[in-house]
Amino acid sequence: MTGFGQYILFLGTLVVRMESFKTYYKLTLEECVQIGVNSAWLVALVSSFMGAVTTVQTAYNMVSPLIPRYVISQVVREMTVLELAPTIIAVIFAGKVGSSMAGGIGTMRITEQIDALEVMGINSASYLGVPRILASLLMYPLLVVVAGICSMAAGYIVGGITGIITPTDYIYGIRFYFDDYSVTFAMIKSFVFAFLISSISSFKGYYTYGGALEVGISTTAAVTTSVIAVLSADYLLAQLLYVR
Amino acid sequence: MLKINSISKSFGGRPVIEGISGEFQKGKTNLIIGSSGTGKSVLLKCIVGLITPDEGNVFYDLRNFTEADKEMKAEIRREIGMLFQGGALFDSKTVESNVMFPLDVLTEMQVDEKLDRVNTCLQRVGLENVNKKMPSEISGGMKKRVGIARAIVNSPNYLFCDEPNSGLDPQTAILIDDLIGEITHEADITTIVVTHDMNSVMGIGEQIMFLYKGRKLWEGSNQEITNSGVPELDDFVFSNKVMQQMRNHS
Repeated sequence: MTGFGQYILFLGTLVVRMESFKTYYKLTLEECVQIGVNSAWLVALVSSFMGAVTTVQTAYNMVSPLIPRYVISQVVREMTVLELAPTIIAVIFAGKVGSSMAGGIGTMRITEQIDALEVMGINSASYLGVPRILASLLMYPLLVVVAGICSMAAGYIVGGITGIITPTDYIYGIRFYFDDYSVTFAMIKSFVFAFLISSISSFKGYYTYGGALEVGISTTAAVTTSVIAVLSADYLLAQLLYVR
Repeated sequence: MLKINSISKSFGGRPVIEGISGEFQKGKTNLIIGSSGTGKSVLLKCIVGLITPDEGNVFYDLRNFTEADKEMKAEIRREIGMLFQGGALFDSKTVESNVMFPLDVLTEMQVDEKLDRVNTCLQRVGLENVNKKMPSEISGGMKKRVGIARAIVNSPNYLFCDEPNSGLDPQTAILIDDLIGEITHEADITTIVVTHDMNSVMGIGEQIMFLYKGRKLWEGSNQEITNSGVPELDDFVFSNKVMQQMRNHS
């Protein structure tokens, strides 16, 4: 509970004594490149495999000839939009971006770079945390969109190559009874997960004390705590937003 | 002028510094000396506000920094330049960006003006043609000099240096000491240097505060330090072989 209280206080310090808009704008753009552009290939790769595997596994488990083949792509669509794209990519995001944030800020702490910011009269928590959180909020939903497209495209390609499902059936299944609220739900989840991962990772990095060993511990803690928070939030959001 | 009044700080119930008072004069190089673990760096961090003291106050030209609100603290901190033990340069920025950083976030200067000021400061610390280098590409001594350039770029009224010549070879260490002394006199600023290096003490110690086990034991200048009559200080000063030989010859 102490850690949670400290986290809430950390979130409070992000919005007091802030620097100029110009400062945050520049830093946020730099972080967007780090967080978004540099993660896009990994997200595309992972989500492509997810889509391909989901297609193959669903087909393998559909043994009844009474079930039409287009159900395969319908399952791929639902799984991708609702869970695989926002949630599984969040785990990847926590591992790649969250660890990088915690490690970077933690290293700045132990090498007195954060002290240097404080001595200059800069709110170091805000200066380091806000651009990372803003950049995550901007870029993570885009990464989820990329993941969704890559996952469904990979399912289409694999389904066609292996003969599991014809391209026509696949497209039909993707469009069959499509509820656009799923996309809204996925975007809401994306924003929540992006905030949780970036703020928890910044927090863990910011409160690193000691040396290289402690930076490693903070980095691990950032990833594990972020993943637990994401999965908990995933359940809560499902309860809150997807009850029919 | 900077004044500290009965500064005390404990960690986990263990007192690290106890009731330290003193004045640090403007235009002079003020040194805080003592063996490792005597609380020098903790005192310096209390002075600059990186650590909040349990008791006591710090006055920057009669402004009570310890009890000031956040805005006042931020205002005073904008008058502070600090050189950290490891340089504390921002790894992701070039030398030029590091030195320009305080100007970027604290001033409304135009880019040309900022570049001029950065180049002036880099030249002042004897560095040229390193603007585009990253901190990882320069030596330890150069990092310290970049750190000094960054500390003075905003024309501070107070300069703090935490062990400025630790990890440097003797020649570079003297160069850094001389630079700090010269900048202090040129800009007429209040400089406080934390060190345990006797070369620094004898070279630039115009006013010295000696700490022993978290308490202030002696205050004076480098002219007086060898005749202090304080056994703990004598043990510290003459622990150095060169100083021992000097004493034997005299």
